[in-house]
Amino acid sequence: MIGLWSVPLLFALPLALGIISLLATPAWRARLGLAGLPLLLAASTAVFVHLVLAGPHTYALGHWGAPLGISLVVDGLAAGMVLLTAVVASLCALYAWVYLRDQPPSTSFFWPLLWFLWAGMNGIWLAEDVFNLYVGLEVMGLAAVGLVALKATPQALAAAMRYLLAALLGSLAYLLGVALLYANYGTLSMAGLHEVATADVTTQVALALIILGLLLKTALFPLHAWLPPAHGGALTPVSALLSALVVKGSFYILLRIWVMLGPEVTPFATAQLLGILGAGAVFYGGWMAWRQHHLKQLVAYSTVAQIGYLFLFFPLVTGTGPEAARLAWDGTLMMLIAHALAKAALFLSAGNLILAVGSAHIGHLVGISRFRPMSLFSFGLAGVSLMGLPPSGGFTGKWLLLNSAILSGQWWWLIVLFLGGLLSAAYIFKVFRMSFREGPQIDHSASPPLLLDVTALLLAAGAILIGLTAHLPLGWVRIGSPFGAG
Amino acid sequence: MDWNSLILFGVLATSLVASAVIFLLDESRLVLRSAFNVAAAVAKLLLVLWIIWGVYRNVEYELRFTIIDGVDFILRADALGIMFVGLSSLLWLFTTLYAIGYLEKVPNRSRFFGFFSLCVASTVGIALAGNLFTFLLFYELLTLSTYPLVVHRGTRESLRAGQIYLYYTLGGGALLLFGVVALHVLVGDTEFVPGGSLSGLDPTLYPLLIGIFVMMVIGLGVKAALFPLHAWLPMAMVAPAPVSALLHAVAVVKAGAFGIARVVYDVYGIEFANTLGLLGPLAIAASITILYGSLRALAQDDLKKRLAFSTISQVSYIILGISLFGPIGTIGGLVHLLHQGLMKITLFFCAGNYAETLGVHKVSELDGAGQRMPATSVAFTLGAFGMIGIPPMAGFISKWYLGMGALNAGMDWVLAVLILSSLLNAAYFLPILYRIWFRRRERPWCEGKVVGRFETPALLLIPTLATAAFALVAGLFAGMPFSPLYWAQVIVSREYLP
Amino acid sequence: MSGALVFAWSGVVLFSLGLFGFIVHRHLLRRLLAFNIMGSGAFLVLVGLAQDGRGVDPVPHAMVITGIVVAVASTALALVVFRRWYRASGRTDLPEDT
Repeated sequence: MIGLWSVPLLFALPLALGIISLLATPAWRARLGLAGLPLLLAASTAVFVHLVLAGPHTYALGHWGAPLGISLVVDGLAAGMVLLTAVVASLCALYAWVYLRDQPPSTSFFWPLLWFLWAGMNGIWLAEDVFNLYVGLEVMGLAAVGLVALKATPQALAAAMRYLLAALLGSLAYLLGVALLYANYGTLSMAGLHEVATADVTTQVALALIILGLLLKTALFPLHAWLPPAHGGALTPVSALLSALVVKGSFYILLRIWVMLGPEVTPFATAQLLGILGAGAVFYGGWMAWRQHHLKQLVAYSTVAQIGYLFLFFPLVTGTGPEAARLAWDGTLMMLIAHALAKAALFLSAGNLILAVGSAHIGHLVGISRFRPMSLFSFGLAGVSLMGLPPSGGFTGKWLLLNSAILSGQWWWLIVLFLGGLLSAAYIFKVFRMSFREGPQIDHSASPPLLLDVTALLLAAGAILIGLTAHLPLGWVRIGSPFGAG
Repeated sequence: MDWNSLILFGVLATSLVASAVIFLLDESRLVLRSAFNVAAAVAKLLLVLWIIWGVYRNVEYELRFTIIDGVDFILRADALGIMFVGLSSLLWLFTTLYAIGYLEKVPNRSRFFGFFSLCVASTVGIALAGNLFTFLLFYELLTLSTYPLVVHRGTRESLRAGQIYLYYTLGGGALLLFGVVALHVLVGDTEFVPGGSLSGLDPTLYPLLIGIFVMMVIGLGVKAALFPLHAWLPMAMVAPAPVSALLHAVAVVKAGAFGIARVVYDVYGIEFANTLGLLGPLAIAASITILYGSLRALAQDDLKKRLAFSTISQVSYIILGISLFGPIGTIGGLVHLLHQGLMKITLFFCAGNYAETLGVHKVSELDGAGQRMPATSVAFTLGAFGMIGIPPMAGFISKWYLGMGALNAGMDWVLAVLILSSLLNAAYFLPILYRIWFRRRERPWCEGKVVGRFETPALLLIPTLATAAFALVAGLFAGMPFSPLYWAQVIVSREYLP
Repeated sequence: MSGALVFAWSGVVLFSLGLFGFIVHRHLLRRLLAFNIMGSGAFLVLVGLAQDGRGVDPVPHAMVITGIVVAVASTALALVVFRRWYRASGRTDLPEDT
């Protein structure tokens, strides 16, 4: 009962909170924000628990059904993403609450933007038809651009503008694809399209447009140029939110559409192409991350690299057997969840290190291990997951993907996973090398408030824990999916 | 979660908890930290002794839970594992005492001891792992926890050594991961079962199994310093002496060798490995390493580097023993796991003592050290004799069994390798002993440390003498129950008989 | 070839023109205008294609209305960011642009 009621709350709450905080004074925005977090966390948990207990279901907002009404689907994947968003966004918001105290009052617009972002994301996770995905995508995208522009420096504004242009181009391509699909089949709902989709020319063109648009928004190599300046140049909690959740939104849409269309419609060649681009992202992103001197740019390029792993999903589920496909599904989702937790932790702890040293240059981190062990520890734990070393979520995801690659006979992806792990080790240990080095003695460092370190640590610990207990979340997320139990 | 699995978890937990507590302790709480360290080490040793007694009586100790469908995290105490754990726990206690004494003036000790405990926790996990997945988990954790120890000093050299260390170990770890995943795809979860679980497979899979074996051995061979994957080891000598002692006697190299033992005995099974023709090449690789290590050791003047190459050579004795088909060869290899640990750690402790007290790092500077530091030099002599294989030291026992095992397996050339390497060992150890005892000191000593009643601080001397004594006793009383030899025989009987 | 498809094809042409302009122009205002032309093109395609003898179909209308609202909001945001950028940097294009 509560579970069913919570679904519309997932939209009503953030939208209401967003509007109210727009109208409130800067001081009240933060307080309102803090008050809203537990509510949304509770609603998200309720939806998830309801799913685990009662199984998947659809829900029509306002009881107006499709096609003119908004129909929502709550299955394992959707509920899982809702809960993940709630956890990560809450911790990032908590971080922001402390972090933004020392920033100019205009940054209090973080709060209304956060709520709209959250509403948009929930819209994406729960959407049942492809047009609502567009709406959610837009809301999320515009809020994200706003968040990037919060930091009013010229670089941040340029980054926001670049992001906006890329986002607009991407969504228009996606919209055109949706238009073609509707014209061809007369339905927008995912269930409907799943029934009637065939591999004719219009569908292929539509799919190509949709893929192009979403690739641009997910910043897959080589369409990634907007990401490093935007994620690396924004305020720390914003970077965390963007890398952890926002890029996953467009990926999620691609995942859903691909699975919905089914293996007869989705071309093998396209799947392999996506995998190859993913491989390119892993190598290019990893190499560029290694070459960075600015800590947050390093972490931003790391996002470019890690997104590449997610795209290995497509070649591993297209044209392969059910066992390999299931492993690919499990592995990709595990990597997605682990990356969200680990990347948020990485950005937040990087932010702490920057606050402590007063500079974002990696070379200035010399000797910091004596003063900020906790920040370094969170950075390290998150790094362990990103490198795919045990015992973390990143390792479990990598394990599953390796299994899938071998089982499906597409052993060339093994090289990607192998080299990608080594590249991540290169850039993570670059930071550690600096911190262990004994240099001209810095005998003090600024001491950021404890809450900043605690939130980073919690996220990093989450990334590790999810690896050790993986079969529980994986089992839940599989509820209602075509790769379901069995 | 019954009593026995709780005890098993306790062995792991003592070092994990110690690690966490030490990290949280302030740098200045010297006494509290040392007390905690030692208490944890003693607690672990007691738990391990209890488990040894239990395993002897065939009591089951197991802890397992599911990570993902079809892959379990398993901790289990069997004869082979508990032998390794016993060695680790015993030597951890001594190394802890030694490190407390050695690092008295060094900064960042909380960080050091925190990672130190984590390193031992990883080693314990490796020893107690019940399947390849769990083994891999702790194997990589070992890499992560030893890196900060190698780069502890923070100098350019240490960082460079650490970087090379990472290249090798992470690369090896990735290869091992591939092998394990491939095996999983083929046969599912591979629990460690004496005699292996792969012999029943379809012969068309044999080439694949051979390939997987090679990958895993390369991955494990990096840590075990098998030629040509050994280059990280001499470079890692830049770390403080307790680190070298622990890494080279107990943790890292032994983990690699132990892993190879697990793969050959408990995953493939020695007979199946023989059928696949894997043992011959393994023996050759081990032999090359043995000779290469000894030859390089001859050329070194730096004492720790000479000991490092000696380690490279000696650990391959273990691998050689593993590759000799037949119970006697196996006994030789396994018992050397313990013996080499005891002897090598003694030698490294002595090297540390010479460096700390006399400021001596090179062999050429050791003239007359026997006069100045007699107790340490006696320990060094015992260790050296053991390395050469002079009775009644423990090293003699290992070499005897290896030689017999070689003849038994029909690999007579191995006997030549053993004799040659013993001669080489003598060639690089005896001159040191000669210098220590029989050469008179030309120049005065430059004192490194002001010492108390003994020739060197008690915390540095007692562990050295203790491990030397153990090495002697292991050889003298090899025939008694609960000696390393006896234990190796128990393991072998469980491997070959059923 | 019915009249409706003429609209659809015009939409495609508009979209392509807009895309070309979006990529080629450096001045941000021109890029925004190009984006709006692209958007109109997409909407035209949507409405044009759905007219094929099925009678009046409210769904594309709903989609286009939503799309127009989104386009307005995006343009507004883009203009605000552009103005801030212009004030902060004095430039009307993005540095070392893609």
